[in-house]
Amino acid sequence: MQELEIAKTELVSLLNTLIKECKVFAPVEQNGFITFQEIHSGSEAFLDYINSKKPPKEIFFPQSEGLFSYDLSKGKGWSVEGPSSEKKQSIIFGIRPCDARSLVLLDNVFDGQLYKDPYYTDKRKNTTIIAIGCNQPSSTCFCTSLGGGPFYQEGSDLILVDIGQKYILQVVTEKGEKLAKKHNEFKEAEDHSLSLVRDTMEKADALMKSKIEVQKVTEKLDSMFDDPFWDLVSEKCIGCAVCTYLCPTCHCFDITDEVISQTGERVRTWDSCAFPSFTLEASGVNPRPSNKERYRQRIMHKFNYFLANHGMVACVGCGRCIKECPVNLDIRGVLNSILNH
Amino acid sequence: MKNPYLPLPTRVEKIVIETEDKNIKTFCVKFLNDEDASNFNYLPGQFAQLSVLGEGEAPFGIASSPTQPGGLEFTVNKAGVLTTALHNLEEGEIIGIRGPLGNCFPLEELEGKDTIIIGGGFAFTTLRSLINYILYKENRSRFGNVVVIYGARSPGLLLYRDELEKWEGRTDLDLHLTVDRAEEDWQRKVGVVPNILKEIAPSPENAYAVVCGPPIMIKFTLPVLRELGFLPERIVLSLEMKMKCGIGMCGRCNIGNQYVCKDGPIFTLAQLDELPSEY
Repeated sequence: MQELEIAKTELVSLLNTLIKECKVFAPVEQNGFITFQEIHSGSEAFLDYINSKKPPKEIFFPQSEGLFSYDLSKGKGWSVEGPSSEKKQSIIFGIRPCDARSLVLLDNVFDGQLYKDPYYTDKRKNTTIIAIGCNQPSSTCFCTSLGGGPFYQEGSDLILVDIGQKYILQVVTEKGEKLAKKHNEFKEAEDHSLSLVRDTMEKADALMKSKIEVQKVTEKLDSMFDDPFWDLVSEKCIGCAVCTYLCPTCHCFDITDEVISQTGERVRTWDSCAFPSFTLEASGVNPRPSNKERYRQRIMHKFNYFLANHGMVACVGCGRCIKECPVNLDIRGVLNSILNH
Repeated sequence: MKNPYLPLPTRVEKIVIETEDKNIKTFCVKFLNDEDASNFNYLPGQFAQLSVLGEGEAPFGIASSPTQPGGLEFTVNKAGVLTTALHNLEEGEIIGIRGPLGNCFPLEELEGKDTIIIGGGFAFTTLRSLINYILYKENRSRFGNVVVIYGARSPGLLLYRDELEKWEGRTDLDLHLTVDRAEEDWQRKVGVVPNILKEIAPSPENAYAVVCGPPIMIKFTLPVLRELGFLPERIVLSLEMKMKCGIGMCGRCNIGNQYVCKDGPIFTLAQLDELPSEY
């Protein structure tokens, strides 16, 4: 199809149109940081950002989500009420390509061959992803080491390339094409604009300084499980789990029952391999008793096990874990020490 | 699409106190809806998640055999929050079930071969399911000799004592019961399971060994089996790990890249030898 563009001055109007059609999630500035939230007016979207503090995975896999509810007042009866499935269409506007790609990784977990998680898949099916490429990657970004890039396409339906006064539209999927054709805020792109796309992309690529040979890391990990390396590398970690909570590909969760007066709910909540209770059994046995085993699990799961199970590494190089780690444990440094080990 | 998180209601028909310390009970449950009962097709070795609303859920091996009519049975050792809630139940109460989950014992491979079943303590539950499955009249001829070695610390801690007595009377099952500490009227073997295994010394010829028990028993049983000549491919174990979802998503029960809930809980020793020893 014809290349399309949209003037930045048209964005608010486009978002307002989209809001009338479906739920729209966009980056919003609140309390000094950026998160993805449902917006009710186009002007709420805040696009002058590098990336959101929390990954938008929570739109599909919320930090806390009710699985079903029940009524305990009926005594010995059974009154489990399942969820009503999510039918409403959604759009995520302004997601970064790394986070869009993380959804492809999560699909492997929640939309597996044997089991499907209806809470995730219902929302995922009904969502269109409009990404904005990264003209200004952060110093903590390392997506190109993971096979991604500032304008990487897989996981998005549409990608916007910021060329100054306007965005050039890159159509990735049919779903994206349908949306682009439907809205007349998108205009046929001028030849002059198109020539700026490559420049923009090359400039962004040149800003990606971190380059790690991740494939070699995954191979080395094959024989490193029992290596004393993990004692040393995990020493710094305080087990706070912020890296896992802010990771766009971490998917571990707990399931608990919560009862307020007579109304109960079974709830799933983000959990973390960094916590001792994650694997602590009722008998008192814990197969991962110290930070060493837990940190090893985090690295092995992402860079070795996930690859064996799904053919891809469970990291997109968004750099949130680097930025937010309270003890500056930089995963790039860990990967490099594995390489040099 | 079927929601794999929704438990189905069952009624607790009967509760049996299994051990003299009263810490282990067997719950016989029946689905409230016939449709749920007929959809619940399981094989020995599989497990299910039991729900007590308001308390939570936890995974338990299915102790009954699919060959036995009626409901399902679960034998539960009181250890944590959910098992305590189960122990506090009365007959007639409703609990939820999700499953069947996980893989089963390698029944097709066991056919035509001798099976050495080695169990210890309260880990005997899915082994009991396997034994009853093999002993079922329409199945028995497809399997070879069955040797069962089952041990507990003391006679009062053996599970399914009425059933064990019936098995002792059978000629198509070679049952060896043993306890660590004998009591006055104990007529059977005394000694830990690995020692009894050494004494009986079953032949590895055309045979499989199936082992479930506490870690300490497994640790000392495996070398005996290897000494007897059982190949790692012919030694079958059932593992336990903390689980939540039971369907390979919540991320905690993995050993290397294998999820005990989805890829297990049954593994051969050959498979486990390939995995990190994190269990």
